[in-house]
Amino acid sequence: MSSGAIFALGGLGLVLIGLWALVLRAHLVRKVLALNVMGSGTFLVLVGSGAVDSSGGDPVPQAMVLTGIVVALSATALALSLVLRLARATGHPCLPEDRARLAAEHEEESRRD
Amino acid sequence: MPKRDAGEGDLALRAVLALLLLGVAWGLGRFLLLPRSSTGLGALVRDHLPESGVTNPVTAVLLDFRGYDTLLEIAVLTATLVGVWALGITPLVRQPASSAVLRGLDRIILPIVPLVAGYLLWVGASGTGGAFQAGAVLASGGVLHILAGHGWPRMLGGGGRLQIVIGLSVFLGVAVGLAIVGRGFLDYPRSGGPALMLAIELAATLSIGTILLGLFLGGRVEPEQAGDEEEGAMGPDDSERAR
Repeated sequence: MSSGAIFALGGLGLVLIGLWALVLRAHLVRKVLALNVMGSGTFLVLVGSGAVDSSGGDPVPQAMVLTGIVVALSATALALSLVLRLARATGHPCLPEDRARLAAEHEEESRRD
Repeated sequence: MPKRDAGEGDLALRAVLALLLLGVAWGLGRFLLLPRSSTGLGALVRDHLPESGVTNPVTAVLLDFRGYDTLLEIAVLTATLVGVWALGITPLVRQPASSAVLRGLDRIILPIVPLVAGYLLWVGASGTGGAFQAGAVLASGGVLHILAGHGWPRMLGGGGRLQIVIGLSVFLGVAVGLAIVGRGFLDYPRSGGPALMLAIELAATLSIGTILLGLFLGGRVEPEQAGDEEEGAMGPDDSERAR
């Protein structure tokens, strides 16, 4: 397996892990982190399947990933601002339908500590 | 136990999600392991590299061949800062006391930051580097300065707005100007191309550094929070409620 394929499969794994956490975690900051992990996985897939090559690599996927990193960063910043605003407004750092799950998460974590 | 009740629906959700993810893994994994069927755009970029005026292929793609994407990217950054500003005041409270290590580090590193940023900006023409890397270094210098307890940089209060929009303005100005002059939108001339690109990158570096610093602050900086020497400056009192 070429090194590019290893990167691409690793990126795929990150996307799956991020998607799992995005759906199942109730705390909004965790969802934002999960989106970040998915973003990193996507970049790995792009770089691994396109840009890692014996002849120097294709610069177009590299440029796309550079752009993507910046846009992902901005999206994370805006998302965290939204989370903060929501937490200030409602008092809970989660979506209204997830409050029971957030309480369950807290309970599970405090029991684990 | 409330955990059990929430777990019933959760189990079904987890099972369905696991099945879906396995399906995605299998499908995408098989696709990623296929042998490459095209040679990609590397050869095309290398053939046209002399026309772009820079020698680094990634920079040529970012600024020349796909300059439109970079223009939109700076627009996204600017719009994100506007969005973050629209959502509230910065939640950080100025930390009056920071560790001596941070203060010393800030004093040593802060003068080096513009040097490194300038070098990264310059070397982007021939090696890895460019406006975004330089802007990120500038922003991290600003973050270190804030963490060392120096209060909010005054520039983000009122005068910082010029630095924020200058990147997008210069880029858009050059692009539209080239269209007005008779060439295409963002179609650089052979002779002045590298100079134009450097001017765009310089403005973009300033903007990106300021925008990223503003994103780190996470909100508007009210005038009474700006400044270095104010004692007892407190952030908004509802920053405690966000628990």
